[in-house]
Amino acid sequence: MTVTVPTLVAPAAEPSCYSRLTNEWICGQYLSDRQDQIVDATVQHLAITVAAVVLGVLIAFPLALLARRYPRLESTVLGVSTGVYTIPSLALFPLLVPFTGLSPTTVVIGLALYALTVLVRAILEGLRSVPDEVRESATGLGYGAGRLLLRVELPLALPVIMAGLRVATVSTVALTTVGSLVAYGGLGNLIKDGVSTNFRAELLTASVLCVLLALVLDVVLVLTQRVLTPWTRGVGA
Amino acid sequence: MTVLSDAWAYLTAGDSWTGDTGMLALLLQQLLLTVTALGLAMLVGLPVALWLGHLGRGGFLAINISNIGRAVPTFALLALLVTADFPGAQEFGPYGRAGLATLIALALFALPPIITNAYVAVREVPADVREAATGMGMTGWQRFVRVELPLALPLVVSGVRLALVQVWATATIAALVAGPGLGRVITDGFYRTNYGKGIAGAVVVALVALLLELLAATAQRLSDPARRGSSPNRDLSGEVGMSVTASSVADDAGTVGR
Repeated sequence: MTVTVPTLVAPAAEPSCYSRLTNEWICGQYLSDRQDQIVDATVQHLAITVAAVVLGVLIAFPLALLARRYPRLESTVLGVSTGVYTIPSLALFPLLVPFTGLSPTTVVIGLALYALTVLVRAILEGLRSVPDEVRESATGLGYGAGRLLLRVELPLALPVIMAGLRVATVSTVALTTVGSLVAYGGLGNLIKDGVSTNFRAELLTASVLCVLLALVLDVVLVLTQRVLTPWTRGVGA
Repeated sequence: MTVLSDAWAYLTAGDSWTGDTGMLALLLQQLLLTVTALGLAMLVGLPVALWLGHLGRGGFLAINISNIGRAVPTFALLALLVTADFPGAQEFGPYGRAGLATLIALALFALPPIITNAYVAVREVPADVREAATGMGMTGWQRFVRVELPLALPLVVSGVRLALVQVWATATIAALVAGPGLGRVITDGFYRTNYGKGIAGAVVVALVALLLELLAATAQRLSDPARRGSSPNRDLSGEVGMSVTASSVADDAGTVGR
């Protein structure tokens, strides 16, 4: 049996930049040593964010259509979603725990509820931005309610809806960090660990990645919008 | 569902409210933090944003500050402030552990809705009203104080209201970095697997948040001169058109971190 020399310990002559003694904010060594951990956290962060926004859209659409059809419901729908928005995230997650436990579901549902507030408003506003003449001429051409919505109203409402979607996505990325309360916070888990162990490189890396993730998703949405609404191109921003 | 009865037991037990780390003391501490931070942000943000709106300059910054505020996680900023050499996690007067770091983070996150709304509020004063004021011989300052400010007031107040909700939410998150405030009841409960306590804390935080929002909404209604005058012809004044566009900007501004 051969005795393996522990290779994990860095040579004393040149302590790694994330050792307890130096504890530097920016540390390339940390990035390469903990690469797996960082990638895992980012993937979890992205998965939770995307799931929450998709769930938010899926709930927001019928709600917005309902509020448009029955104006009396509108103030209720908007009032309730604004009320939810008032509740701090750190308090909303615990309130969901009795029903969904300490699971990613808790975080996804909580974040979807926040996204809902922005999305319902955006969808309602988007549909309202469709000019009446367009709606009337489509009806005159023989469009039924369903085809009118899908072929005429939605495409025209898209710029406003996408603006709401961008706001919802960017704030969801930031909010996901609070999910670390129930241990599913993506990069927030690294931030939490960084605070409790006073680990600066980990903390700064996770924070910067969080902002970068928000920016990347925002750019993706802008590009998607450009692809989906080719008629707005050339008119100029 | 035993956690729910645990939470109820914690809420109804007298000694969870009293004492230095009781919920009442923490509630007062968080209210104090909220009021101080909001005051600081208003002191810094309002004059700058209102005056920029009057001059019609710096619009790009005033609008985009909300986008920046939205992308930066409150938790990350709090964590960075607490871990840095300054302000760090020291006790700070009645604001408790990491008090200074928390105050700075709260004030920073209160700024975007205040600045964006105040700027837009003054900008959206109809151009013909502005021209009429100038035509009457008002100086720039007179126009700002007598015409633009009163018309902008409702939207400015709605920005402050959004900031208040924002600050309360951020103050709760301070507990994630072992900071002051009621959030500590939540984090204590969760980190020590006393979920009933955590949920009890969440209930109190959520109720106070709703109460603050209700109070702020009332204050906002009172500040609206058009509503106070209860003139039925408001639709004709062009003021409604303004509040539609402005309120959508205001909504966007409010969606910073939670």
